[in-house]
Amino acid sequence: MKIAVCIKQVPDTSVRVKIAPDGKSIDAAGVEHVINPYDEYALEEAVRLKEQVAGSEITLVSLVPDKAQQIVLKALAIGADKAVHIKADNVPNDSLAVAKVLAEELKLGSYDMIFFGKKAVDYDNHQVGAIVAEILNLPCITGCTHYEYSGGKITAYREIEGGVEVYEVVPPVVFTQEKGPHEVRYPQLRELMAARKKPIATKQPNFSAPIMQTVELSYPPPRPAGKIVGKGVEAVPELVRLLREEAKVI
Amino acid sequence: MNSVLVFVEQRQGRIKQSSLEALSEGRRLAKKIGSTVSALVIGNQIDSLVNEISKFGPDFVILVQHNALANYSPDGYRDAFLEVVKQEQPKVILVAGTAMGKDIAPRIAAKIDAGLATDCLAIEITDDAIIATRPVFAGKVLQKLKITSSTKIATLKPNTFRTEEVSTKAPSIKKITPQIDPSKWRAVLRGIQEPEAKKQDVSEASVIVSGGRGMKGPEGYKILEDLATALGGTVGASRAAVDAGWRPHAEQVGQTGKIVSPNLYVACGISGAVQHQVGMANSKVIVAINKDPEAPIFKFADYGIVGDLFEVIPALTREVKKLYGKE
Ligand SMILES: Cc1cc2nc3c(=O)[nH]c(=O)nc-3n(C[C@H](O)[C@H](O)[C@H](O)COP(=O)(O)OP(=O)(O)OC[C@H]3O[C@@H](n4cnc5c(N)ncnc54)[C@H](O)[C@@H]3O)c2cc1C
Repeated sequence: MKIAVCIKQVPDTSVRVKIAPDGKSIDAAGVEHVINPYDEYALEEAVRLKEQVAGSEITLVSLVPDKAQQIVLKALAIGADKAVHIKADNVPNDSLAVAKVLAEELKLGSYDMIFFGKKAVDYDNHQVGAIVAEILNLPCITGCTHYEYSGGKITAYREIEGGVEVYEVVPPVVFTQEKGPHEVRYPQLRELMAARKKPIATKQPNFSAPIMQTVELSYPPPRPAGKIVGKGVEAVPELVRLLREEAKVI
Repeated sequence: MNSVLVFVEQRQGRIKQSSLEALSEGRRLAKKIGSTVSALVIGNQIDSLVNEISKFGPDFVILVQHNALANYSPDGYRDAFLEVVKQEQPKVILVAGTAMGKDIAPRIAAKIDAGLATDCLAIEITDDAIIATRPVFAGKVLQKLKITSSTKIATLKPNTFRTEEVSTKAPSIKKITPQIDPSKWRAVLRGIQEPEAKKQDVSEASVIVSGGRGMKGPEGYKILEDLATALGGTVGASRAAVDAGWRPHAEQVGQTGKIVSPNLYVACGISGAVQHQVGMANSKVIVAINKDPEAPIFKFADYGIVGDLFEVIPALTREVKKLYGKE
């Protein structure tokens, strides 16, 4: 099976993000980047499928800045076989334009399965995977937690409010990944070394004219400082009184 | 041509509350640009939903019905939705940011080359653009995103926009039997698994009692369920609890779980890591119960009790029951 996994980098989720002086972008200085967690979950699922279906191969497709190559290397170490690095220092914040570039590249590979994270935890746009699928006219199941593969069919599990939708689909197909039951494997030093020898093709993107743009970024108002009502069980009646009379939520 | 189209989601004949929020916002936007708002409902045998939808003042209700559309189908709903979009040529399409809404909106965007703003908290509209305010970086930053495509699509964050019942003239009803071909659908829904005990989803709950690693194990959640029941809410969890296998992922709150916005969020044995915080910081009121007075959660909780949750929670449940006269 030919599998593609699309990955991008996002700022480390534990750090503060700082708005740049232009008021429309994020200050990149000193920000550590990691693989978007949902893309990592997708990669893990892809590697599991590869292990199950002999002769499978995983290609990473990554539209990220030149300097983000370290995340491509890490993903290769986790279990991808090769990568296409589409280099762009300024990826527009326009999901449609991004999806078109990715679709253009993915079309060339005739993949059986294409994985995306359900969203990237930077701009949380939550749409690129499904748009790519529609452009390529492929079936697509979004927000899947995990999959079962048998007899050429894939069963995909998708969380909805209060339940799970179970889909069946025959490749070629696009999946977007929710956090699922499987933890992402941690690459060992040996795998990190081996990743350096895996092929990375580099390309240049051609973006369409944007129809979406950031006009302003701001910080949400901070939550006003709270108060410690008290210690232990004795504080409970006062808490209930405050929730009732002050906060009026019970 | 200039209209606002709101997708009103139903499952099993039940309309999503967040779709009514979207409809109310659609009506407000339509008013601002002097246009009409249409409610689009897709399903099968859904005529009876018109009454409830009408309360929120749409000018038109468009019912698209087919027996193959009784349940959600990504291919089927997309085709049915697109058929209406091609007829109506709306200027703005609003969709509630539910599992279904998040799935269908980008598909429509792709097919008509429209810009899509997801998870919107507010929308401004002008003659040729919308500017959507939406949380980015998991809510650490707010973005104003301007969309200038001829049709603009937005999904709205549930529990954010006000519903507004209005008494206007009854809407006109359009009924459509869509030109769909189920034999061409490729992703086929085989079933919907529901947990044995039906439970309100954290993304839709107005009260959430959440437990973290401090619960010590799956058994600990019993006391949280009791408190949630007393408060009329539902149980949530931190990632530590989910990764330990104590609770299902559907209950996880945070960056890689659900972003919730209840009236009341009670965090029990949760330290308040930033990835958890971003999932619940939009709660109206946050209560923290933690034995460590230095736990970061106390920095952003409105009310805190320092203490052992295994003592505090049952006492709290008793007090709440007393208040509601259930004891
Ligand atoms: C990419 C990424 C994504 C993440 N996404 C999420 C996410 O979506 N959601 C999420 O929650 N986390 C997420 N995390 C993990 C996050 O960083 C924290 O590790 C996690 O939230 C900690 O969970 P916790 O608060 O339950 O556990 P801990 O941090 O271990 O805290 C347990 C707390 O319980 C208290 N406690 C213990 N016993 C008692 C008792 N008897 N009575 C009262 N208090 C007690 C302790 O004082 C402590 O404060 C993510 C991390 C990464 C790197």
